Amino acid sequence: MPVWVLTLSYLVAAALFVIGLKRLGRADTAVQGNRLSSVGMLIAIVATLLDRQIVAFGTIAAGMVVGAAIGLWMARSVKMTAMPQMVALLNGFGGGASLLVGVAEYMRTQGAGLDLTTDSALTIQLSVLIGAITLTGSFVAFAKLQELMTGQPITYGGQQVVNSILGLAALGLLGWLVAGTAPAWALWAMVGLSLLLGVLLVIPIGGADMPVVISLLNSYSGIAAAMTGFVIKNDVLIIAGALVGSSGIILTQIMCRAMNRSLGNVLFGAFGSVQAGTGTAVQGELKEISVEDAAMQLAYAQRVVIVPGYGLAVAQAQQVVRELAHEVERRGGDVKYAIHPVAGRMPGHMNVLLAEANIPYEKLLEMEEINEQFPDTDVAVVIGANDVVNPAARKDKASPIYGMPILDVDRSKSIFVLKRGKGKGFAGIENELFFDDKTRMLYGDAKATLTRLVSEMKQV
Amino acid sequence: MESIIAGVVVFTLATFLGVELINRVPPTLHTPLMSGSNAISGITVVGALIIAGSGHGLLTNILGFVAIVFAMINVVGGYLVTDRMLKMFGGKKEVK
Repeated sequence: MPVWVLTLSYLVAAALFVIGLKRLGRADTAVQGNRLSSVGMLIAIVATLLDRQIVAFGTIAAGMVVGAAIGLWMARSVKMTAMPQMVALLNGFGGGASLLVGVAEYMRTQGAGLDLTTDSALTIQLSVLIGAITLTGSFVAFAKLQELMTGQPITYGGQQVVNSILGLAALGLLGWLVAGTAPAWALWAMVGLSLLLGVLLVIPIGGADMPVVISLLNSYSGIAAAMTGFVIKNDVLIIAGALVGSSGIILTQIMCRAMNRSLGNVLFGAFGSVQAGTGTAVQGELKEISVEDAAMQLAYAQRVVIVPGYGLAVAQAQQVVRELAHEVERRGGDVKYAIHPVAGRMPGHMNVLLAEANIPYEKLLEMEEINEQFPDTDVAVVIGANDVVNPAARKDKASPIYGMPILDVDRSKSIFVLKRGKGKGFAGIENELFFDDKTRMLYGDAKATLTRLVSEMKQV
Repeated sequence: MESIIAGVVVFTLATFLGVELINRVPPTLHTPLMSGSNAISGITVVGALIIAGSGHGLLTNILGFVAIVFAMINVVGGYLVTDRMLKMFGGKKEVK
C-alpha cells in the first residue's frame, strides 16, 4: 500500500474519532457516535495490517484473537454495578500496551545498534514511564473497587517523601536513558520504579475519591497512547491520545468541583484517615422506623425523591427501586431521582444503574435542579448515600467536607435513610441528617429492605 | 527535532479540540463517555501491530504479542461495553 493511502486512512480514522466523540456527548446520537469511533479504529487497524512494514502475521493474529476474546468476554459478562472496576481495568490495559510498545521499540533500536536521537529517546521513555504508572495505578484502583483490598486509604509516615524520592529517581533514570549513556539495566530499573510508583500513588486514595482517580487514569491512558504515537511517529495515535487525555482531565475537574476539593488534595490528602474525627460532634439519637410504617407513609406521599448512592450499587438494588417507584406512582404520587455528581464510584455511575433498571432519564435530576424541589418533597428516600447528603457541608466550617455542594435532602418534609448499619460514612464523618427529627432509619441490606417495602405497599 | 515539534503541534491542537468536544456533555453520559473514550486510547494497538509485525527477534515479538493482547482488550472491551450501556439508555424510551 502506498504511504499516502496509509496516511489518508489514518486521517479518516482520526476524523471518525472526533465525530464519534462529539456524538457520544449527546443522548440521541451517542450509540451512533460510539459506533463511528469503532469504525475509525477498524480502519486504523486494517490500514496498519496492509502496510508493508508488517511481515510477521502469526504473532499478530494470535494476539488479536486472544485480546478480542478477552475484551468480548469482559464486556458481555460485567455487571453494570461493576462498571467502575471494568473501566479501571481497561485503562490499565491501555497503559500496559503503551509501556510494552515503548520497551520493545527501545530493545529494537538497541539490538540494531542504532543511535537514538534525543527526541526519539525522550518519547520512548515517556511512553514507558506513563504507561507503567497507568498500568499498576489502574490495577490498584481495580483491586480497591473490587474489594480485593481495603477501600480505605493506606498511609504511613513519610509517604510523600518516599513517593517524591522514587519519582525523582525514575525521572533521573529517564534522563540518563535519554542521554544515551545508560547501561541496559537502567531501562528495567525505570520500568520497575514506574510500576511501583503507580501502586504507591493510588493506595493512599480512598474509595469515595475513586471517581477522580478513574477519570485521571483515563486521561493518563490517553497521554500514554499519544506518547506511543510520538515513538512510532504516527499522528493518529497522537490525536486520539490527546482527545482521550483532555476528556479525562475535564471529567477529573468536574469530579473535583463536585467535591469542592483540588486535585492535589484528592491525590495527596488521604481523605478519610487524616481528617477523620474532626468536625462538630452530632447530638441526638437515631430513630428507627418499621418497614410497615414506612410503607404506609410512602403509600400516601404525593412527592417522593429517591437519593441513590454507592450502597445502591453494592446491594444491586436498582430493579427494586423501580418497583418501589412504580408502587408510589400507581397511587398517583410522583417520583424523582436526585443524582449527585460524585454518587457512586465513577462519573455517571448512578445514571447507568438506573438506566439498567429502565428508569426514564427525565426522572433523573441533577443537583441544582432537584435542590429547588426538596422543600416540596413529602418523603426523600436516601439509599446508601451518606456524605453527599450531609448538611455539615453547608453549615459546619470544621467539617472536612465543608463547602462540598450537597443534595439538600434535609429540607424535605420527611426523610427515610436506608443504611447497612449504624457506622459512619466513607469519609468517617457523622451525618447529622440521620439525627434530624424528620429522619427515620431503615437498617439492613438495601435490596432486602426495599423488597419488603414494596410488598408492604402492595397491601396498603 | 523537526518531527517531535510537528507532533507537539498536532498534540496541542487535538487537546484543545478534545476540551471543546467534551465540555458540555451531560452527567448522564459520563460513564459511557469514559468507557468510549477509553476504547479510543486503545489506538496504541497500531503501535503494537507495527512492533509485533516487524520481525525483530524473539523478545520484541513477545513484547509485541502482549501489547496487542492488552490493546485489543482495551479496544474490544471498551467499545462493546459502551454500546451495551448506551443501548440501555436508548431502551428507556420504549417504557415511556
